[in-house]
Amino acid sequence: MARKITYQQAINEALDQEMARDPSVIVMGEDVAGGAGAPGEEDSWGGVLGVTKGLYAKHPGRVLDTPISESGYIGAAVGAACNGMRPVAELMFIDFMGVCFDQIFNQAAKFRYMFGGKAKTPVVIRAMYGAGFRAAAQHSQCLYNIFTHIPGLKVVLPSNPYDAKGLLIQSIRDNDPVIFLEHKALYTMEGDVPEESYIVPFGEAAVVQEGDDVTIVAFGRMVNYAKDAGASLRKKGVQCEIIDPRTTSPMDFDTILESVERTGRLVIVDESHPRCSMASDVSGFIAQEAFRALKAPIQMVTAPHVPVPFAASLEDLYIPSPARIEEAVMRVKEYR
Amino acid sequence: MSSSLTREGLLQAYRTMRTIREFEERLHVDFATGEIPGFVHLYAGEEASATGICMHLNRDDYIASTHRGHGHCIAKGVDPVGMMAEIWGKRTGTCKGKGGSMHIADLDVGMLGANGIVGGGGPLICGTALASKLRGSNNVGVCFFGDGASNQGTIFEAMNLAAVWKLPVIFVGENNGYAEATASKFSVACENIADRASAFGMPGVITDGFDFFAVHEAAGEAVKRAREGGGPTLLEVKLSRYYGHFEGDQQTYRAPGEVQKLRETKDCLMQFARRVTSRGELSMAELEAIDVEVKTLIDASVVKAKADPLPLPEDLMADVYVSY
Repeated sequence: MARKITYQQAINEALDQEMARDPSVIVMGEDVAGGAGAPGEEDSWGGVLGVTKGLYAKHPGRVLDTPISESGYIGAAVGAACNGMRPVAELMFIDFMGVCFDQIFNQAAKFRYMFGGKAKTPVVIRAMYGAGFRAAAQHSQCLYNIFTHIPGLKVVLPSNPYDAKGLLIQSIRDNDPVIFLEHKALYTMEGDVPEESYIVPFGEAAVVQEGDDVTIVAFGRMVNYAKDAGASLRKKGVQCEIIDPRTTSPMDFDTILESVERTGRLVIVDESHPRCSMASDVSGFIAQEAFRALKAPIQMVTAPHVPVPFAASLEDLYIPSPARIEEAVMRVKEYR
Repeated sequence: MSSSLTREGLLQAYRTMRTIREFEERLHVDFATGEIPGFVHLYAGEEASATGICMHLNRDDYIASTHRGHGHCIAKGVDPVGMMAEIWGKRTGTCKGKGGSMHIADLDVGMLGANGIVGGGGPLICGTALASKLRGSNNVGVCFFGDGASNQGTIFEAMNLAAVWKLPVIFVGENNGYAEATASKFSVACENIADRASAFGMPGVITDGFDFFAVHEAAGEAVKRAREGGGPTLLEVKLSRYYGHFEGDQQTYRAPGEVQKLRETKDCLMQFARRVTSRGELSMAELEAIDVEVKTLIDASVVKAKADPLPLPEDLMADVYVSY
């Protein structure tokens, strides 16, 4: 039965249910129990924002606090996955991939291919991403495009509580390495989520709003901004089709292609920087596969090619907004 | 020092060391013809280390290896015939020709891979050991790394993590004196790699890598401690490689005659043979019979590798994911 819970609760529930179902599922990371070895209770924190709160008490010995050694414990999660476990390692902020990327892209991602198909590495690396918290350049990036670039990794970007739970359960059951990215601004978002366990499959986009005028492809938090823009545009008589790919690897290009062939107009909304981004990736794909269907140049709504700034006035300018999405839609709509 | 090994154990030790030597000497010759693709880093001279350590391991124990990994593979039980085909880039290779010399792995025998990234194996072996510990088995993990990798953050992080979680890990620092061309005397700030163990609250042991029996005994204690829940050990094995960092390296950084002198005075196979024959544990004839058998095996592996098929175009896209 569905009831309203937050994105953060949905993630906690997915972890809890999978840990109860499968004893090989373990959770590890910095403060994921919180307080190991400290005088306070063992799961005092449950993650820096409390996402894993309560799991330690329910699953003793399977929620492991680690030293601040991202290479060490992310690599250990990869090694444990090679030896029969299904570890869910929390990288806290995706920006910290900078100190452990080797274990992800040279080790986990490569094993199966490099070892001739013998290896199975069912590891999930969870991390929060995204701007909007005044956390500045080293705690606000998206970076999903970097992981998407690497063959051997799967990349998941839930935009709502329902998808967060179903995609995380799929991630844990999946037999390949999965990068599961949680937008920190979405943790408090509420939505209908079934109590029981369910999966949302990878590589299947959600069409969150149907329309025949303009196709909007949006990623992660930007799906919600696109919906805001879409609602406003509908009042002005512009019907947008909004597509949430949900996973960027694998990526459901077919749904995007089918939509653009119908609308002939495409806006892509990506919170990341524009170069070598999901926006440029989709843009390149459509330019190659649907050139004749296009009635207007593709528009990319992205952050600028600068680090994420600290000051509120600048960060608000940095993040794509519903207003900018609306403008882009009107540009392609009115293009002659 | 008395040996705890049976006759069968001694024969196995010699066979393993001889197989590694023959495999590497043959690659040295064949690589010079230009027929073998890529980079090859040879383990010749270091055989006592891999053999003395891996003889304590079961199939379910894991090892993580290095770019100089052929010896570790053979000692852990990877089939040399498949390895040779892999190094020749053939479809019949251990990794179907997709890994090559630097990435030979065989998870079926607990070989988690040679590794093209220096220090890459430390965190990984903590993971296999964590899995063993959580399952309540007494399996251990061994991380082989070199003096070069001893300066990598991953190795420090892995040693701290293994100590914090009290993991059944043996860190084996194979100090062959050179990280590529840079001397470990320059790049390792302390006298011995093993000295760093105390900083991580684990025992640090130094052993002579030319002496199979010394390695075997030191490793036995470390593996026993790990199996009994006593946590990790750092074992530094002092040894030398007979060939360059990679094949083609002219080794201009080494002293003239350095390798020749080691071969003549300290070679692990020579010392082993001298000891077991002088004690009457094995006969020279028995050792020579193994030499012949091993040579036949390696010759055959090369003939087969040369004749085997290359990977096919359809193999290019296979095995990236379990499912996608």
